[in-house]
Amino acid sequence: MLALIIRRLAQSVLVMLFVALIAFVMFRYVGDPIASMVGVETRIAEQEIMRDRLGLNDPVFMQFLRFIGNAVQGQFGISYRLQQPVSELIMSRLPATIELAFASATIALIGGVALGVFTALRQGSFATGAIMAASLVGVSLPTFLIGIALIYIFAVELGWLPSFGRGQVVELGWWRTGLLTESGLRSIILPAITLSLFQLTLIMRLVRAEMLEVMRTEYIRFARARGLSDKAINFGHALRNTLVPVITITGLQLGSVIAFAIVTETVFQWPGVGSLFITSVQVVDVPVMAAYLMFIAFVFVVINLIVDILYFAVDPRLRVDGGAAGK
Amino acid sequence: MKSNLKRALFAILASTALVTAASAETVRWARVSDALTLDPHSQNQGITHTFAHHIYETLVDRDIDGALTPRLATEWMIKEGDPNTWVFKLREGVTFHDGSAFTAEDVVFSLDRARSEKSNMRQLHVDVAEVVAVDDYTVEVTMKGPSPLYPNNLTNTFIMDKTWSETNDVVEVQDYAAGADNYAVRNANGTGPYILRSREVDVRSELTVNENHWAETKPAVTEIIYLPISDALTRVAALLSGNVDIVQDVPVQDIERLAATPGIKVETGPENRVIYLGYKFGDEPLQSSDVTDRNPFNDPRVREAMELAIDRDAIKAVVMRGQAIPTGVATPPFVDGWTEELDAYPAVDLDRARALLAEAGFPDGFTVTLDTPNNRYVNDEAISQAVVGMLGRIGIRVTLASRPIAQHSPIILNNQTDFYLLGWGVPTFDSAYIFNDLAHTKSGSLGAYNVGLYTNPELDVKIQSLGTEVDLEKRAATIAEIWEVVKADRVLLPLHNQVLAYAMKDRITLPVHPENQPRMTSVTFAD
Repeated sequence: MLALIIRRLAQSVLVMLFVALIAFVMFRYVGDPIASMVGVETRIAEQEIMRDRLGLNDPVFMQFLRFIGNAVQGQFGISYRLQQPVSELIMSRLPATIELAFASATIALIGGVALGVFTALRQGSFATGAIMAASLVGVSLPTFLIGIALIYIFAVELGWLPSFGRGQVVELGWWRTGLLTESGLRSIILPAITLSLFQLTLIMRLVRAEMLEVMRTEYIRFARARGLSDKAINFGHALRNTLVPVITITGLQLGSVIAFAIVTETVFQWPGVGSLFITSVQVVDVPVMAAYLMFIAFVFVVINLIVDILYFAVDPRLRVDGGAAGK
Repeated sequence: MKSNLKRALFAILASTALVTAASAETVRWARVSDALTLDPHSQNQGITHTFAHHIYETLVDRDIDGALTPRLATEWMIKEGDPNTWVFKLREGVTFHDGSAFTAEDVVFSLDRARSEKSNMRQLHVDVAEVVAVDDYTVEVTMKGPSPLYPNNLTNTFIMDKTWSETNDVVEVQDYAAGADNYAVRNANGTGPYILRSREVDVRSELTVNENHWAETKPAVTEIIYLPISDALTRVAALLSGNVDIVQDVPVQDIERLAATPGIKVETGPENRVIYLGYKFGDEPLQSSDVTDRNPFNDPRVREAMELAIDRDAIKAVVMRGQAIPTGVATPPFVDGWTEELDAYPAVDLDRARALLAEAGFPDGFTVTLDTPNNRYVNDEAISQAVVGMLGRIGIRVTLASRPIAQHSPIILNNQTDFYLLGWGVPTFDSAYIFNDLAHTKSGSLGAYNVGLYTNPELDVKIQSLGTEVDLEKRAATIAEIWEVVKADRVLLPLHNQVLAYAMKDRITLPVHPENQPRMTSVTFAD
């Protein structure tokens, strides 16, 4: 177990280094940070002085080494755009993204499981057909389109919910939460739904397929033969057995939700790390881009590590096999 | 009876006046991005300056027509007997937000800070030799040579409090390489009409009116909530849903729809910015052309043919949906030196254009690549697409290379383009600013944006003379001569002046500012 974790950790460090390297090579093609930092009217000599001061004239390799050296000490430098420490910027934006990710994961999980069970049990009914058709739309429509549609329906036409932003926030230490005020809660509804739709359909289809599979198994037939109630069979036996893959997928998807909230955050002007990243890309704010990519890599590495460990803990077969292989 | 009526009327009027003065008016103001910093000397960028103008103040300001007006300086003149020195008389009785008095030493400190090595405002003050306080309310700025237009460079140079800056260790401007941030980046202490109450970068800034401000007329807006919304659709939706009151950066395609929406109105006006095409001069063949033995653009007939082929009115009507002011000269009308004759442009004449091309030896046209930005100017990429089609009609087959400004800019600065689109704003409102960068031979700090490497030694002499000419009449005559040559040579191919549009709730009026730096102090309410 310990050996596995150590091995995994070593791999993680390699992965992170690799991400950093790729990111750095990419940055050379994103454009010139100076061009975005100064007005077009700034003298070229002045631009050259700035480029020198930022170390942009050094070879990429030197820049990379400097970045890694600082990153190891938790230093990600100063944002070119906002002139504030990058780690601070990311930390101040993180709560918004995490709250949005968890809200949408909750919607996706509850909605997905409920609809999945429903469509599995009511096979062939009209409602099931409608839900399945609608879910196709959910998967195929791009997120920004869904977001804009929701804004126009619920904010512009009906005027029920705010069209952008996070509403009033409350400070709990360094964590700025929007979940404790009315305007904050109203603000999170539309972006959370937008972000959850894809995951919701994914979970729904997964639950449905698993349920249909499980319903055909012998122990369900046996349960029916024992005269158990439908409720006990459907939820106590069938659903419980479908949940293992569902939980795995949800956990893994949580990483992607955090990473891919970018579009949703932009459409709703949600002040999270995703929108920070997009703004930074537009003006080639290299320190923020680098730190963000490292952060996302870190999130994935951690989640994968946890999932690996959980597998090990949850599934006894893995443990036995692993032990046997180790001998 | 009559006097009673009068008295009653007067009472009503007085009470409404009272109500208006006392009622708090909040304006939620959305635009595309946030101010980059609160440090007034660290970024020379329009959005940052616009925000800073509400908190900090400058010595001189510009009114809506572009004329210089007094702000912290009440008058300014060239010192008698010394053409190199400007004298500024300062406004008395002005205080900073923290209560300390505004005096000449703050001005000396701020101008020195603005021209220090790490300041991005530095280029506007390169000709300054020394700044001295003569007494508490008089400052003398000695220049390296006669600089008759120096006050034009002061409209975005903000005045900070010397004591506050020393106390908070912000005498120096933010240094990126230092790895730490500067107090002035997040805190402000100006003399301006609004005081910063709270700020969350990229999310929301709140300002309240400065009750102790020196101006006699108090602004109608007592509270500003500044909301950056980067996505254009979201920004417009925020206004439509009533979540914001003013949207500054309105996409051209939404103007008509917004204007037609009940409860919303759109204010439009010309911006001090011209959009133009440029091409490579010189004998060397173009990199992107199928003509490999010479440079077609170097032939004046080809340049004329191109001008005759481009339909500026069609670009205005179709691409810009009416929101552009076509022009035949590469300067906006606000600038000293602009005339109606220069502004005129020829009608489209395709037959003549084809004949000119044939005469020049290109009866079948030629190929070339047009480099265009796609996120810098209003509909920049669409304009270039239209140009491709229009030039195609006379046989010039253009390939479009469209890039974000971050990638377009290096190509421009390194002269790696044969044919390009660019825009030019004129912060000094003077033609010399255009000549220095766009028409002078590229050498040293001059001709930095002379991307096509046009060169005309005679013209260079005239351009350089503008910098030190104190006789304003003589100077104006030289400017007119230079424009004549620039236009006759078709150094640039101007398309139009950009138009700005602000959308707002219909009880609010925010006039369009030619530099796109609107002030909330200029907002009026209908009721």
